[in-house]
Amino acid sequence: MPAVSKGDGMRGLAVFISDIRNCKSKEAEIKRINKELANIRSKFKGDKALDGYSKKKYVCKLLFIFLLGHDIDFGHMEAVNLLSSNKYTEKQIGYLFISVLVNSNSELIRLINNAIKNDLSSRNPTFMCLALHCIANVGSREMAEAFAGEIPRILVAGDTMDSVKQSAALCLLRLYKASPDLVLMGEWTSRVVHLLNDQHMGVVTAAISLITCLSSKNPDEFKTCVSLAVSRLSRIVSSASTDLQDYTYYFVPAPWLSCKLLRLLQCYPPPEDGAVKGRLVECLETILNKAQEPPKSKKVQHSNAKNAILFEAISLIIHYDSEPNLLVRACNQLGQFLQHRETNLRYLALESMCTLASSEFSHEAVKTHIETVINALKTERDVSVRQRAADLLYAMCDRSNAKQIVAEMLSYLETADYSIREEMVLKVAILAEKYAVDYSWYVDTILNLIRIAGDYVSEEVWYRVIQIVINRDDVQGYAAKTVFEALQAPACHENMVKVGGYILGEFGNLIAGDPRSSPLVQFNLLHSKFHLCSVPTRALLLSAYIKFINLFPETKATIQEVLRSDSQIRNSDVELQQRAVEYLKLSSIASTDVLATVLEEMPPFPERESSILAKLKKKKGPGAVSVELEDGKERGELNGGGDRGGDAAIAASNASTPSPSADLLGLRSAAPVSGVAPSAGSLLVDVFSEAGPAASSAGVNDDGFLSSTPPSAASEDPAPPLPESDELLNKFVCKNNGVLFENQLLQIGIKSEYRQNLGRMYLFYGNKTSVQFVSFSTTVSCPGELQSQLNVQTKTVEPLVEGGAQVQQVINIECLTDFIDAPLLNIKFRYGGALQNISLKLPVTINKFFQPTEMAAADFFQRWKQLSQPQQEAQKIFKASHGMDTEVLKAKLLGLGTALLENVDPNPENYVCAGVIQTKAQQVGCLLRLEPNAQAQPGEQMYRLTLRSSKDTVSQRVCDLLAEQF
Amino acid sequence: MYISHSSLSLLLPSAPAIQIRFILIQNRAGKTRLAKWYMQFDDDEKQKLIEEVHAVVTVRDAKHTNFVEVWQKDLLDAMSVLGFRNFKIIYRRYAGLYFCICVDVTDNNLAYLEGIHNFVEVLNEYFHNVCELDLVFNFYKVYTVVDEMFLAGEIRETSQTKVLKQLLMLQSLE
Repeated sequence: MPAVSKGDGMRGLAVFISDIRNCKSKEAEIKRINKELANIRSKFKGDKALDGYSKKKYVCKLLFIFLLGHDIDFGHMEAVNLLSSNKYTEKQIGYLFISVLVNSNSELIRLINNAIKNDLSSRNPTFMCLALHCIANVGSREMAEAFAGEIPRILVAGDTMDSVKQSAALCLLRLYKASPDLVLMGEWTSRVVHLLNDQHMGVVTAAISLITCLSSKNPDEFKTCVSLAVSRLSRIVSSASTDLQDYTYYFVPAPWLSCKLLRLLQCYPPPEDGAVKGRLVECLETILNKAQEPPKSKKVQHSNAKNAILFEAISLIIHYDSEPNLLVRACNQLGQFLQHRETNLRYLALESMCTLASSEFSHEAVKTHIETVINALKTERDVSVRQRAADLLYAMCDRSNAKQIVAEMLSYLETADYSIREEMVLKVAILAEKYAVDYSWYVDTILNLIRIAGDYVSEEVWYRVIQIVINRDDVQGYAAKTVFEALQAPACHENMVKVGGYILGEFGNLIAGDPRSSPLVQFNLLHSKFHLCSVPTRALLLSAYIKFINLFPETKATIQEVLRSDSQIRNSDVELQQRAVEYLKLSSIASTDVLATVLEEMPPFPERESSILAKLKKKKGPGAVSVELEDGKERGELNGGGDRGGDAAIAASNASTPSPSADLLGLRSAAPVSGVAPSAGSLLVDVFSEAGPAASSAGVNDDGFLSSTPPSAASEDPAPPLPESDELLNKFVCKNNGVLFENQLLQIGIKSEYRQNLGRMYLFYGNKTSVQFVSFSTTVSCPGELQSQLNVQTKTVEPLVEGGAQVQQVINIECLTDFIDAPLLNIKFRYGGALQNISLKLPVTINKFFQPTEMAAADFFQRWKQLSQPQQEAQKIFKASHGMDTEVLKAKLLGLGTALLENVDPNPENYVCAGVIQTKAQQVGCLLRLEPNAQAQPGEQMYRLTLRSSKDTVSQRVCDLLAEQF
Repeated sequence: MYISHSSLSLLLPSAPAIQIRFILIQNRAGKTRLAKWYMQFDDDEKQKLIEEVHAVVTVRDAKHTNFVEVWQKDLLDAMSVLGFRNFKIIYRRYAGLYFCICVDVTDNNLAYLEGIHNFVEVLNEYFHNVCELDLVFNFYKVYTVVDEMFLAGEIRETSQTKVLKQLLMLQSLE
């Protein structure tokens, strides 16, 4: 006789379920359901009062119908009525209905809460548990408001039954997670922690989840749990396999509780108390020893339970990262699992070893397993296991094994699943660059990468190989020879043509001595690919051709012939046509000297972040390559300043540091602008091509400023910062150039560039009047703490500013460590005898020192996971103050200085970014996620912004800054 | 930037946030026999999750692991409602039924895998050789079993003896 008979006690329900199961079609099912709904509705509306049993039966039927996927719009009241029944089965169905069909109908919530309240005070443990489970399942704010005070009392009361304590602990956890502000532990803290000592293991099992959650949020208040957890763990670990009776699972004593205890300990650093620490280390050793003992059962449940504890112990060992002996033992244990016949264990071992590889103590030990891991990459059937193997190879890679690992990854790439190719390509490219000892190996690797998986090689990868070749003259000849050979293949990837065209255009001369690669042979080889290529590649090749004319005058006639052909000079693509025309003209008109200057070899790129990792500033259309060619050149001259501000900044930079060659090719439309604008009306505006909106909105402030601080009221002390200076500061969080301030007398423009932890800011003070400013002086100061966080140096400015003129001031900024406040800029001058005294905040914010960080989804998630301590995260939920235009959002996020990572967030509506803040003292990695609810009505659109970084102050500051931008 | 080995070890591994997002029991045809949710989802999201879990789990065989990390490449759209933290599905097949638990990616795989088995053994004992039909006809009792063993997304009780004793006591009540 089964413990439970089918449909037990509710025959009508069993019949109904059978009927539904027998329905042959969806239509028949709907018909049967509608019939039942009509029946139930009439019963509920009928004059005859229903008894508890019938009510229970009908409510249960309604629940069943709901679970089948149909809407239920009545019966809630009857369910609530069941709550006050004193029969368990009726109450249970009532609570179940409420838990499954939560309805925020306020009228009902009040009734439900009343019933819960009665049950909680009933002293009947069964009813109390039902009520607690209902709160735990619903977990609404209303319930938290009603019961958050009562439940801790139930939890710690001496006379509460064990099963009620279990439920109360987890119920409280649910309320805490849902409404932390309503759950005040204060006075209960110590008694809750002492539940770890409870003699009922079930109570400990439930309570520890609550304690772990509370500890992770308030580690200090709960730190006494460490020694209690250690002693509890020690008792379990040292017990014989039958000591714990009910809590022994397949000969393993209390596996789940052990795991939870080990997890709790991961909220804390290693215990400071020597005795506690000794005891814990002993536990960990015992767990490792047990892994070596012969199994007490052949059942997989036994080994799984045992290994669950083992993996959790290894996580703790890795968390501490301070016991070399344990780390190496953990590594050896995982090494054994790498060859285990259970796929689960191999997978988990690979995963766990990946973190071990990053510990200096176990890195070497992990490396000894390289052959096994390579084998796993080749032979595992489950792609997720192969993925783990690739992750581990990447993690264990260092100078000593880079060649082997890169070679294996390359050969794996030939057959790799499409789903992981792109990531593999990036990994190979990064490892090749990071551990390249000789650059010829690096060049070979990247070219191989293009050959094997050209489609997956992103722009960043081939840009980077070119940067490196240009910067290292020892590899240029080799690179030219290698690309020349690679291009001989009958079918080669377009990315190969790009790299080939670029490198031969620069360094083809280094191999031209060999008749097999004479200039004409090189040209013909490149040109044989031309017609198969896309427009951007063709554009790049045209640039290579003009470079050839300079490198090898003997090719001039041939190349001019090509440029002159109709397919070039009359090409329907504007970019190609323009290039053909201009290059043809250039080569016929310019003297050899001019040609040599215009087309000289690329200067070295500034040493900086790998462009594989640095996000390209934006997606470029056709002609991209030309921009890249010229941009590169300008960047070389501008120390990479163009990286951040985009094209506008480059154009603006051109104005202040005119470069002789920048505009010779005539491809650029922006005309250089002289430092001093002729008329006050258009002052500055030309310089700042993106200053339009900023200037007009700054203009709005004019009246406010003049009325609040009239000139006569000014004193000699620096004025307090303008009330709107925070707002002005916010305007520059995501951009570097624009008008900082403007009133009727003065306009202050700003242009800045940042690199690593250094910044340079140009301030342009424009006199808008026709009268000169005298005693013009400016000071920049760092108030308070900021003094030790930023190093700011300025040069003094001329004390006289003529009417309509503009003076420039340079400010050098060094970021020593992360900071919150902004430096103050005070400007004083006399205009018509009256002293003007203005203080502003200089828009130097911590995000200016961001270095964008490109990373693949897996890496991003791994980092994100690693930064999950509560203090490392800052989050804000706020109303959108502007529209949610995708391009605008993207531009702002890029302006912030981070890399905008595409295809990382599972939800395409969301944005994720990554960057590293460079300060002199340290680098702070920062991950960002912005979730708009774009579907909401305008006016109700909200964002959730989450920042995670290795430093709490940074997370908070960046979060605060950015939250003002949308 | 890629965090170097040395600085990586400075970043402490994640603080635990153990939480079951949902428990699903489905048959091979994709019919849901139990759906217990520990996070707020709207009905469409639930339906999508149910479908997609079925899709990823049923294509796997004995040579595969019992774990599916969903954020990898077989990204499920619906899964993004689970929040940004990574999560995984730990599942085990018993005859025609798939028992699936969705947990945080940092959670202990084997502990939840055995958590499923422990649950199944309790069901088996309670229903005396449980079969799919028991779960259909007694769906409201299955919820009681779940609440005894898992509550608020956490493991509440692991002792089969204790759980069964409690269930039999409840069974005896009117």
